[in-house]
Amino acid sequence: MNEPILEVRNLIKHYPNVTAVNGLSLAVPEGICFGLLGPNGAGKTTTIEIMEGILDATSGEVRYRGAPLDQRFREEAGILFQKTALQDFLTVRQSITLFRGLYSRGLSVDEVIRMCALEKLESRDNRKLSGGQLQRLLLAIALVNDPNVLFLDEPTTGLDPQARRNFWELIQSIKARKKTIILTTHYMEEAELLCDEIAIVDNGRVIAQGTPRRLLQEHFEEVMLELPRRDFPDSARTLPLRIIDVAERTEITTADLDATLRMLIDAHVPLSNLRIRPANLEDLFLELTGKELRT
Amino acid sequence: MIERLLAVWHARNLEFVRDRRTMIFSLLMPIALVVGMSFIFGGKERPFFKVGVIAAVIDKQAHPFLSERYVEFVPITDQATGLRKVTHQQIDLLLDLHGTTRYWVNTDSPKGYIVEKLLLASATGAQREPVTGAAVRYVDYLFPGILGMNMMFSCLFGVGYVVLRYRKSGFLKRLHATPLSAFEFLTAQVLSRLGLILFVTTVLYVGIGTIIHFHRAGSGLLMILVGLLGALSMVAMGLTIAARFSSEEVVGGLLNMLTWPMMLLSGVWYSLEGSPPWVQRIASLFPLTHVLNAARAVMIDGAGVAEISTDLIYLAVTALVFLVFGAWSFKWRYD
Repeated sequence: MNEPILEVRNLIKHYPNVTAVNGLSLAVPEGICFGLLGPNGAGKTTTIEIMEGILDATSGEVRYRGAPLDQRFREEAGILFQKTALQDFLTVRQSITLFRGLYSRGLSVDEVIRMCALEKLESRDNRKLSGGQLQRLLLAIALVNDPNVLFLDEPTTGLDPQARRNFWELIQSIKARKKTIILTTHYMEEAELLCDEIAIVDNGRVIAQGTPRRLLQEHFEEVMLELPRRDFPDSARTLPLRIIDVAERTEITTADLDATLRMLIDAHVPLSNLRIRPANLEDLFLELTGKELRT
Repeated sequence: MIERLLAVWHARNLEFVRDRRTMIFSLLMPIALVVGMSFIFGGKERPFFKVGVIAAVIDKQAHPFLSERYVEFVPITDQATGLRKVTHQQIDLLLDLHGTTRYWVNTDSPKGYIVEKLLLASATGAQREPVTGAAVRYVDYLFPGILGMNMMFSCLFGVGYVVLRYRKSGFLKRLHATPLSAFEFLTAQVLSRLGLILFVTTVLYVGIGTIIHFHRAGSGLLMILVGLLGALSMVAMGLTIAARFSSEEVVGGLLNMLTWPMMLLSGVWYSLEGSPPWVQRIASLFPLTHVLNAARAVMIDGAGVAEISTDLIYLAVTALVFLVFGAWSFKWRYD
């Protein structure tokens, strides 16, 4: 196990009338992509902003390479906020150059432009970029100091599927450079694809932490059966099964697939649209908190 | 349509009423303006003549002439200053009551001619010292005032609103995530605005000066120094106001609360000589007052660095104080 590059110890953040983070602790090993997952209001963004050093905690501490956050951390961290505006009237290249000038070390502007595939956009006014292009520019700005640790707060929210996949490829290329990435996301597919380790946050606390595979093995020996809710008759709800409704589908969790299928056939449940899949992170979250990840 | 209109109207009213700071500014500003203007322009009828008296404080009992009606008597601390004012017809007559009564009158001044008659009615043996010199045209007096006022608006609003916009858009928050310090950010803003203001002011000074030939007695370099320190002080003041707030209404209210009194009391349009001492004391706090005092001294009287050093020091010190306070109280985030 690598030494943690970032450690959060007993973090608490109170706002008037609400406690956003409530005794949260976690450790992020160096060189991995670490996912912070949770529903809206779970305290993810507050936690990540305290970890980034731009928000003060009510109590608790964040340590970077064993020391409190200081100027060295600011030099070595790259950040992509959930929402960021850039200075008006600057081109893509000028925006990157501005931020490059704020760091004492880093990559050349040309290198960052190439990494984020911005060559064809470098002369464009940053206000005239599409959502996916703007996210690539913001990622380029986050990478301009060649950071040791990169924070990505819901980086693909609002992007179309194509732009999201392009962005994932970029993040994977950054992972290949052995950078530590801290990612918050609503998208389980994103977390499963990119994260080596995850922490699930609810009510301002970490309720589970580990690799996705280990967490799923720990919590699930079962498989999931999914049916459209309209295909699942009320009479079948009395069957001795773990049945829950999620959005427009009904899910059944079972360790004995054969017995469950027999019961459903006996109950005359139509199985033409049945889908059987292993448990995923969304199931894990549901299992742990009783809530959907995206609320 | 009416329902939609009413819904929006109602929501906006709620927003206004619930934003207490905006409401306070909206109510206080006009009240403060009315009260302030009534103090400044109200009271007795304006006098016809202005006579300088060499004294720290004017004692009405010292001479019967000092009780004349429709004559404004202003204390002048030294003879040289008084003589300069008589020469430029900024006062109509200069009076020295120490020992033998002496007076200086500008023989080119029609008002000087009349006020001299008034004086001689009660001081027959007074010693006459004639001086000559053309009046400083109002345009010569006004020109530095207009430049200074333009500079003030550019400094305060140009910087204050820009910082506020950066904060609201989240750009400041993004900068905060870099090694950039508040002092570095503010200093960069000051220097950027300073360059712009100096450029614009120089273009106006040279451009308008070419069309209308102004009285320019002093050094152009010294004028640049006055402009530089004045702009520095007022830009830093604008940054201090924008350092913490996230509401356009609050920042706008505060900027208005500063610019209006400065525009009225710093001597942009007219001299404050003869106005109540408390008005002059308030005016002396404003950077614009010191900019205009120094600029007029250089342009009209040909003053050198030593003569305007008090104004220059005041501007430099206030710039430093505002900048340090602004950096200390600076807030990156929008709440």
